[in-house]
Amino acid sequence: MIGFATRRLIQAMIVMLVVALLAFTMFRFVGDPINQMVGIETSIEEREALRERLGLNDPIPVQFLRFVTKAAQFDFGTSYQFRVPVSELFAKRIPATLELSFTSALFALVVGIPMGIYAGLNRESAISKMFLSVSLIGISLPTFFIGILLIFLFSVTLQWLPSFGRGETVQIGSWWTTGFLTISGLKALILPSITLGLYQMTLIMRLIRAEMLEVIRTDYIKFARARGLPDRLVHFKHALKNTLVPVITITGLQLGAIIAFATITETVFNWPGMGLMFLQAVQNVDIPIMSAYLLLTAFLFVAINFIVDILYFFIDPRLRVGRP
Amino acid sequence: MSVLNIKDLTVEFPGRKSVFVAVDDVTMSVEAGKVLGVVGESGAGKSTVGNAVIGLLQEPGQIAAGEIFLHGNRIDNLPYKEKRLLRGRKIGMIFQDPLTSLDPLQTVESQLVETIRTHLPLSAKQAQNRAIELIDAVGIPDPAERIKQYPHQFSGGMRQRVVIALALCAEPELVIADEPTTALDVSIQAQILELMKKLCEERNVAMLVITHDMGVIADITDHVAVMYHGDLVEYGETEQVLGAPQHPYTQSLISAVPRPDIKVERFPVVNYIEKAGTPQKHIDISTHWLGKSRDYEKVTGPLVQIKDLDMRFEVRGSIFPSQRKYFQAVKKVSFNIEQGETFGLVGESGSGKSTIARLITGLYHPTGGSILFGKTELTSLKNRKDVLAMRRQMQMIFQDPYSSLNARMRVRDIIAEPIKFHKLASSNAEVRQIVDDLLDHVGLGAQSGQKFPHEFSGGQRQRISIARALATRPRFLICDEPTSALDVSIQAQILNLLKDLQEELGLTMLFISHDLAVIRQMCNRIGVMRNGELCEVSECDELFEHPKHPYTRELLDLMPSLELLSRANLDTVE
Repeated sequence: MIGFATRRLIQAMIVMLVVALLAFTMFRFVGDPINQMVGIETSIEEREALRERLGLNDPIPVQFLRFVTKAAQFDFGTSYQFRVPVSELFAKRIPATLELSFTSALFALVVGIPMGIYAGLNRESAISKMFLSVSLIGISLPTFFIGILLIFLFSVTLQWLPSFGRGETVQIGSWWTTGFLTISGLKALILPSITLGLYQMTLIMRLIRAEMLEVIRTDYIKFARARGLPDRLVHFKHALKNTLVPVITITGLQLGAIIAFATITETVFNWPGMGLMFLQAVQNVDIPIMSAYLLLTAFLFVAINFIVDILYFFIDPRLRVGRP
Repeated sequence: MSVLNIKDLTVEFPGRKSVFVAVDDVTMSVEAGKVLGVVGESGAGKSTVGNAVIGLLQEPGQIAAGEIFLHGNRIDNLPYKEKRLLRGRKIGMIFQDPLTSLDPLQTVESQLVETIRTHLPLSAKQAQNRAIELIDAVGIPDPAERIKQYPHQFSGGMRQRVVIALALCAEPELVIADEPTTALDVSIQAQILELMKKLCEERNVAMLVITHDMGVIADITDHVAVMYHGDLVEYGETEQVLGAPQHPYTQSLISAVPRPDIKVERFPVVNYIEKAGTPQKHIDISTHWLGKSRDYEKVTGPLVQIKDLDMRFEVRGSIFPSQRKYFQAVKKVSFNIEQGETFGLVGESGSGKSTIARLITGLYHPTGGSILFGKTELTSLKNRKDVLAMRRQMQMIFQDPYSSLNARMRVRDIIAEPIKFHKLASSNAEVRQIVDDLLDHVGLGAQSGQKFPHEFSGGQRQRISIARALATRPRFLICDEPTSALDVSIQAQILNLLKDLQEELGLTMLFISHDLAVIRQMCNRIGVMRNGELCEVSECDELFEHPKHPYTRELLDLMPSLELLSRANLDTVE
């Protein structure tokens, strides 16, 4: 297991280095950084001095090494638009995105798994068929459209829930702000997290249903029934656990996708998270923010996948111990 | 009083258009401490009887008529919950494949304890102790240690012991064993059958054994019920039924079982069942495309010479050579196959027999040794053209007729593919004609060409495989367990077909099987394999009558005794 974890860790590092290379090339090829930083009236000599001071005249490998070393210490340079360190900007935005993503993922799992189990066990029932048809809508409608629809229904027509922002937040520690502790914060979370999590919920439901149908047909389920075990044990201890390996793989990937692609939902709901900041950065060619966002997203994906790989060991004993 | 009484049982599977009667008016009973065997070929409805008793009929199957009594109490009409409580508590069940009957994610202990505690009012600790006792009783060493392990840490035979322990864990009165040893090697089969017989007598349990294997029936049953297409055709004491079968189906079924004791020229064919599939049109091989222009280089001496063949697989890879682990599948094997003979390879699973077939055909590349085909050294072939020329001369027939044919292609295209690939015919019309002739020749008829593989039974599919193998006009045919997925009656037909073809086309064959009786009927010379090594090679009759190697003797001893079986009708059937 340790050997396996080490191998995966090395692979993860290689992936991160490749992403870092991409992020690094952005600086070099998307316009001249000096032009972005100084005004028109700066003289050529001053520009050259700045160039020298920033180390832009060093050989490219040296610059890359410096970039990676700094990135590893969360130093992504200074934002062109705001003139503050990028890491500070991210620190302010990360809690909003993480709370939104976490809530959507929770929503997707808590609603999707039971629906999937029910639809897998009662294949022919009317409710299962309804789940499937409704979920088809969830898969086929684009996220922004669902968001706008929800806003129209619950914010504009019914006026139950806010249509934008995080509501009141509470400061925890030096930089984390949370919306979980106030009623307006919680209310503000509902619509965006449903919008963001609907697709994942449908996916998880359909996946669990398909896996359940598969597992229910296996010999060991038949044998478990032949041993007279109550349905509860057969369905949850034996069947559900055996469906989990593929489900965890997909859920892990989707969780990464939720965090990385919250951009659209954040835009629709004007949610003060990383996605919104990223979009603004693109509009203003704020390369340090863009490259930091790229690195951060890649890091989250790699980290989640690493955790998923380790989780396999706890679920499937066949990976844990060798054959006799 | 008998433990299980089945009275006039009829099981139906309503379909969209018609009702399929899987079991038709069947009556049988088992007493405590006795074993009743239900025997028949696939589709006979024998498993359905077992499933009906335990209440696990597959949807949409239902008991249409009849009654099932356990100790005089009617059980077929109980409500779901009470039926569930009977399962495991009063009726235990053992399934065919021990590799898939256990939940791979739970320890053996957890599965035993949950079953025990479902049925008996015991504490977790007591249930655990009972589980250890049971594991000990089914003959697994170190029960306290092994019980903590997961199913994948047990071998096939050991897993079947665990399954038996699970079936027995709440002291049931009746055990239903559905093909309990079909997935096991012959030596393991003997042990498991002995264990089942012993437990049945010790615990005074009634046992219903469902099998297609006459050897199992002869070995452990007291009574036997022979089923055919849902009907009970013969029922009585095992000795009586096997020794003096009354019904023509039983007679032909028994005669189709390959004889391990003497070699007969042809297999007696069961006329009673599926039509034997006679060639619809006689083809004169000497003038036909199949027999013509066999432009192979002349070979004097053996066709295939295998010398010091070695094959090892990497089990654990590493960048350090010293850390790598290998599995030696074939160890220094040498033998020759003479032209026109059938060479048999026999051994248990994992003995390396299929690996040799794959090495010869070039599916694997050997790690050492040489394979000489005629004058060509196969291991050093580099040129693609040479490789293709060699492949055309040798063809393979695989074990599983269900997965060895492409389900999305019509039979005609399946057979035409090798002809077109090797450019053996000049025009499409000729290819078409050849395919039709081939289908006729293997007994399917040219009109089957436009069907898809799923429209055929297992035996017919194996005929398609044979036609496909013949389509390159090979001179060397490798048959890897060609009939082990088939019923005995179909097996007899296929083996006869192979014998005929060999005679007509002068084929050389390598015949791989785990079934000694089949090997004896098919082969001129036989090699016995164990753990990748070739133990002995000798003439067919010599091997059976004077085995030299201790392992050969062991294998021969383990063959189920079929002395009970009546052979009197052999002459009449043929």
